[in-house]
Amino acid sequence: MLSGLHGPDEIAERFPIQPFDDFRARMVEMQALYKKRSKVRGTPEGEALRKQQNLVKKAARQDMLGWLGQTLLRRAHTKTALRERLVYFWADHFTAYGKAGVIKRATSPYIEEAIRPHLTGRFSDLLFACVTHPVMLHFLDQHKSIGPNSVAAARRGKSRGLNENLAREVLELHTLGVDGPYNQTDVRELAELFAGMSFQPNRGFKFRKDYSEPGAETVLGTTYDGKPTMAPVRAALDDLAAHPATAQHIARKLAVHFVSDDPDPALVTHLATRFRETDGDLAQVYQALLEHDAAWQPGLGNAKLPVDFVASTLRALNVAPERIQPLTEKEMRQGFLRPMAMMGQIWQLPIGPDGWPEEDGHWLTPQGLSARITWAMAAPEQLVPSLPDPREFVRTALGSYASEAVQFAAGAAESKSEAIGLVLSCPAFQKR
Amino acid sequence: MTLSRRRLLNLIGCSAAASPFLTPVSFAAGPWDNRLVVIILRGALDGLDAVQPYGDPAWPELRRTLAGGPEIGSPDLDGFFALHPAMRPLMPMWAAGDLGFVHAVSTPYRDKRSHFDGQDLLEAGTMSLAEGARDGWLNRLLQTVPGVSGDTAYAIGRGDMYLLRGSAPVANWSAEADLTLSPQALRLMELVMQDDPKMHAVLQEAELLAGADVDAGGKRRPGHIRTAAFAAERLRSDARIAAFSLNGWDTHQDQHRALPKALERLADVLLTLKEELTGPVWNKTGVVVMTEFGRTARENGTRGTDHGTGGVMIYAGGALRGGQVGGAWPGLGQAELYQGRDLEPTRDVRAYAAWIMRGLFSLDATTLETKVFPGVDLGDDPRMMR
Repeated sequence: MLSGLHGPDEIAERFPIQPFDDFRARMVEMQALYKKRSKVRGTPEGEALRKQQNLVKKAARQDMLGWLGQTLLRRAHTKTALRERLVYFWADHFTAYGKAGVIKRATSPYIEEAIRPHLTGRFSDLLFACVTHPVMLHFLDQHKSIGPNSVAAARRGKSRGLNENLAREVLELHTLGVDGPYNQTDVRELAELFAGMSFQPNRGFKFRKDYSEPGAETVLGTTYDGKPTMAPVRAALDDLAAHPATAQHIARKLAVHFVSDDPDPALVTHLATRFRETDGDLAQVYQALLEHDAAWQPGLGNAKLPVDFVASTLRALNVAPERIQPLTEKEMRQGFLRPMAMMGQIWQLPIGPDGWPEEDGHWLTPQGLSARITWAMAAPEQLVPSLPDPREFVRTALGSYASEAVQFAAGAAESKSEAIGLVLSCPAFQKR
Repeated sequence: MTLSRRRLLNLIGCSAAASPFLTPVSFAAGPWDNRLVVIILRGALDGLDAVQPYGDPAWPELRRTLAGGPEIGSPDLDGFFALHPAMRPLMPMWAAGDLGFVHAVSTPYRDKRSHFDGQDLLEAGTMSLAEGARDGWLNRLLQTVPGVSGDTAYAIGRGDMYLLRGSAPVANWSAEADLTLSPQALRLMELVMQDDPKMHAVLQEAELLAGADVDAGGKRRPGHIRTAAFAAERLRSDARIAAFSLNGWDTHQDQHRALPKALERLADVLLTLKEELTGPVWNKTGVVVMTEFGRTARENGTRGTDHGTGGVMIYAGGALRGGQVGGAWPGLGQAELYQGRDLEPTRDVRAYAAWIMRGLFSLDATTLETKVFPGVDLGDDPRMMR
């Protein structure tokens, strides 16, 4: 099951998504247009520039929906399903998205660049890639954080200062966990250590020495020198990645996501131990998950999240790429984005940096279930040229999980689309 | 009989879909008899256009195409403020004392004027986002009251709005989520769900909840009205708190065209609530309408207004004392404007919301000042309860 993870990432080649490093060109273009326009606002020339800006924005918006299609197609057609699930898991763990401007459309490019290449490497590398990524720096306001005694602060007076947002989330969400052994002083010191991490559209990440806070900082009892470079940041992140509380936090999150809302404590301990023993070698941690008995309990596990449900429907129906890729922005919105929102998941826009909740109860609400059923009844006939025989489809979609009730219902429904909808709505398909 | 054609078209791409101005309603049952409805206006309502300070000498200078006041047909409220004409249908509510306003208020949010942060802070109810609150103030209100349980019907749901997000149980529903299955499909759906008792229970709930979306003549009503009607239906039953949001307030250009539509929707919502919270229930209800911040005092170059600071809070309901425009008016002279551009907030909007919750649910001041709205200064009683 794990061997596929080490092989070439064929599915990403087949269904490409623009990495952020290429996406940046759009930000550079927007910046240039904005600059030009600021001098000629209110003139016909300014109006022409505004239209050009709108074109850049529109293209990014359309591409974003195209990347939703690619993401779904990867999940529908991959031979290494675990890879796509891990991408989702880590993208949620390191939730980040743009808040204003064209960077709003950069979430998939961020995931492609910061998450996907590091799935089977060390956690510390994944952590570093995400925490220093421009989209994350923007999302948690790090790029504007200025050390209180920095050169920039002296220059600007009190108008801007330190922003603790990223430092807090790194401790609370990305590494130690909310119950971890840190306090407000650690947050503050880490924020001072982070001051200087910034980015520019034309070059990506940039460490701004003038934002950097002079002097050493102490986080969780370890003192890091105050050199205005990334070295002390890297050292602090590596230490956080290696902390036992981080191992425990990541172990539990993996167990909750892949096994059950309330995982066997022995499983969590097993994962945490492997994490510590291997210095956060993620491939080994996944191996530990797969080899543990608790991961193979009979019966159904967690409810699928809306994006999982939609993607697994595409997989069960073997939806052809030619059916998805030509869809217009409007069709993507009405066919996927809006239904998923009704199911409770606004794609790539969880409310906060803690990502989407895991509890089944959050998803299988009256509204959520209604939306799933409604989509399951209506969408399939739009996704395939002709619907499969429902009695056949029960076996394709559910395998050995097809209960007698579902088999009966698939044969007794009045129409094919209702029968397919019933199969896709049943507990065995809604859970995994 | 099969899945209705409208429903099918609605779903997969061929119809004008339902209203984009609508987000799911969240509900919570509580141990009180009074009701609270919180409506969030996303995008920043121009309080100066909704409730027009035509009596302020600086007003005409600030708004060229957006002039207001009785001269252009805005119904007069109190000789100083006039109501935007699009909300004229609310005048009987005003006259009955069921509708009131508080002007020149804001959250503690200042200066960056970002919708994203402004709404987060409005719903978090804290002094600043740096405090890292993960729950919303309406959920924290529920957390402070013993014996709160989700309406059993919604026990496994949780709030979708930041406002209601948190550890107290809250159920979700959207008037757009109605389940419309043929009787045969529904029977079979019941059958397949029996493999999972929890999902089966949720399905039955969904069936019960569907149905508030047609008017007396059997016609499907617009989304915002369905939302209000559904909220009223639940509030007549076990729910005590309902929250939802209305979009469409970010009027940077041609405000004279964009704002009336949004205000009409808001008026529709308030009228629907009053109409459908029949009999004594309306008299036990308080409705609070808030937005993330106000808009610039001065009209901009594209006949609109930009992101500002101070704005207006709207309230309604038979439990509240309307017929007044409250709040200390700072004036609109250049020197009186916040940073020379925005209406200066003279009081924290959270204080008014807190006084209403205090009145409706008998919460004590300390709970409100430390738990629900950390850092708020309740100040003097603005006397908003009947």
